[in-house]
Amino acid sequence: MRETDGWTLLAIVGLTVISVVTRSFFFISEREWRLPEWAQRGLQYAPIAALSAVIAPDILLSQGELGNLLRDARTWGALAAAAYYFARRGGSFVLPASIGVGMAVYLPLRLLFNL
Amino acid sequence: MNMPLPPEPPSDLAPRGRWGTWVAGRIDGVAHTARHPLFWVGAREMSGVSVGLTAWAFTTGVSMVKSGMSVTEALLMSLMVFAGSAQLAAIPLIAAGAPLWVIFATAFCVNLRFVVFSLHLRQYFMFLPRARRLALGYFTGDVTYVMYTRRFPKPADTERQRRAQLAYLWGGNCTNWVFWQVFSLLGIFLGSALPARWGLEFAGTLALLAVTCSLATGRLRALSALIAAAAAISLYGLPYRLNIVAAIVVAVVLCLYLDPKPPRPPPNPAEKEPGHA
Repeated sequence: MRETDGWTLLAIVGLTVISVVTRSFFFISEREWRLPEWAQRGLQYAPIAALSAVIAPDILLSQGELGNLLRDARTWGALAAAAYYFARRGGSFVLPASIGVGMAVYLPLRLLFNL
Repeated sequence: MNMPLPPEPPSDLAPRGRWGTWVAGRIDGVAHTARHPLFWVGAREMSGVSVGLTAWAFTTGVSMVKSGMSVTEALLMSLMVFAGSAQLAAIPLIAAGAPLWVIFATAFCVNLRFVVFSLHLRQYFMFLPRARRLALGYFTGDVTYVMYTRRFPKPADTERQRRAQLAYLWGGNCTNWVFWQVFSLLGIFLGSALPARWGLEFAGTLALLAVTCSLATGRLRALSALIAAAAAISLYGLPYRLNIVAAIVVAVVLCLYLDPKPPRPPPNPAEKEPGHA
């Protein structure tokens, strides 16, 4: 089995650079500067859009098609995790607990009922 | 021949000597920070929160190997990238062989929250030289940022306060880093032993779902998520996972269009200077 290849290494190095640049963005340069106003407003919508765009196909599509969502363990796992999150929002450890609740619904459905 | 030893190392040291001096200086600096009482306060406060983050780190480790990455790649990614949600978002894209720019654009957008944090932290860090600022930025994650700025609502004025603030931040950062990497590596090594039939990579998706829910504060942000989800699914046929970037653009543009402009004070003509746009 391959251990690694140049392309993956390049991706990892690039992602490292992105970690450094985004976390230091406004104190890389000594000069005081501001983003244009539209970009500042856009900042609050982009992260949630990016995450949602990544996970939506992973939850809802099977082989690139919308299947029968009611007979899919992922739908119920995701619904359970989101419902738990919004019910317990603000509590401690709510993020890991949501993952746990989602997996507790997903795994039995997948392993016992082959959904 | 009998000259006394110079008090300072000579400047024409061999490269290894210069490196040795530099490393010794860094170790001395780290020890200096770690001796500060606030370093341990930061470490203790962070360890309480980090216990909750361990499941998240473990999930990230599992998703990396379950997506088909080799253990070497997963280790490198965990130790270098050190960004849970950006890693989780990039993992399926890397597995699908998406073009690098799509992977980078997605990770950048997921990380945009740090750009907002950095604007806030600028006033705290500007007194440091650039290399130290970048190192501090790289190691300061979401939770340490929140705890640091909650404990120190204002940047320090004196050298003493600055040292105390940095010691607290490094205490939190070190704890966070150790917890994160230990559980991420556990996930990498245990993940490859768990059967594929369990579909454990779904835990990574659920982790991102939980973060998405936590960002859904306000109607327009929730709408941004729904638009992006719908766009990413309806554009799924696009090659190279371009549906992700396209969905982000569509969602942000629509939300900017729907966003009520922040109320501005009406321009006062008396204060307006000529030639000032």
